[in-house]
Amino acid sequence: MNNFEPLIAVFSCHYCSYAAADLAGSSRIQYPPNIRVIKVPCTGRVSSNHILRALECGADGVYVAGCLEGTCHFISGNFKAKQRVQHAKNLLSQIDLEPERVQMYFMSAAEGARFANVAKEMTETIRELGPSPLGRNKSE
Amino acid sequence: MIVAERKPMEEILAMTEEFDRILVLGCKGCTTVCCAGGSREVEELATLIRMNRKQKGKTVDTLEASTELQCEPESVTPVLERLANQYDVVLSMACGAGVQTVVKVLPDLRVLPALNTNFIGVAEEHGVWTEVCLACGNCILGRTGGICPVTRCSKQLLNGPCGGSMNGKCEISKDVDCAWQLIIDRLKELGELELLEEVFPVKDWSAGWHGGPQKIVREDLKS
Repeated sequence: MNNFEPLIAVFSCHYCSYAAADLAGSSRIQYPPNIRVIKVPCTGRVSSNHILRALECGADGVYVAGCLEGTCHFISGNFKAKQRVQHAKNLLSQIDLEPERVQMYFMSAAEGARFANVAKEMTETIRELGPSPLGRNKSE
Repeated sequence: MIVAERKPMEEILAMTEEFDRILVLGCKGCTTVCCAGGSREVEELATLIRMNRKQKGKTVDTLEASTELQCEPESVTPVLERLANQYDVVLSMACGAGVQTVVKVLPDLRVLPALNTNFIGVAEEHGVWTEVCLACGNCILGRTGGICPVTRCSKQLLNGPCGGSMNGKCEISKDVDCAWQLIIDRLKELGELELLEEVFPVKDWSAGWHGGPQKIVREDLKS
């Protein structure tokens, strides 16, 4: 279990967390290589079905990283994402999967260090939870 | 529209446990509008069923499809024919009428309801639906300012509010409006308060559900 390296999907907003990831990179801030970033035009684009599919396809955890509250370029996309993440958590509970495998984070484009810290935090959370019982199926 | 909501996953998983090829069948009518059984919810439910099986180390084939109106055999038949022999059970995400239509079209196959059908209602806002019609079979909205006391008055009173009406709210809960207060306010606005002078006779409840299953026959349309 100690060797377990989680695979984590990140739905990342073009305007904030994706730019924060860039900043983390150009600032040479290290973060775990466990995350796979999926850029979206706004976290409001992410539905609970996207989150479920990521888990079904083998992700051990999923998080959505949107703009700070009140700063969404599309006004309320990050709040919609927050509600959908909560919905996905509720659905996971109903099929006896740990809801902690799904999280919502908010950050600005200027927060490269926070992007890295969130990646570390989520990797640790999932490492503690262990591999997803759905297993990995790379063909999907 | 008919408002429904998905059954608890525990119940759905128990119902479908014995089947390995499941057609999750949504409806593009009412249950799409009330976000209970449209294509998005079909995808969600099918994914949850697959995830649950995978967790148990078992496999399942899920097919996802939606009919235009599942309460109409003309909408259901082409979809079921297109997917014939690819499923052992239909998990319907339509209202009770939709489920029963699929049963009629597929008399030899198991058809299961994934939703609980709740009421005839409207969306108050996105994600909030309220009941507005009981299908009593004898509409009086023309005399009550378009507000239905049969549905919205807790006592289904027809001749004004009871003593439990307090500050416009019903005695059963401060979150429930007194339907008769709404009706009086609305008729005042319309200048039609005199409509209430007429006393409602005792209602004939047999025109609705209380009279047993209803049936309408139109001789001009029958084939």
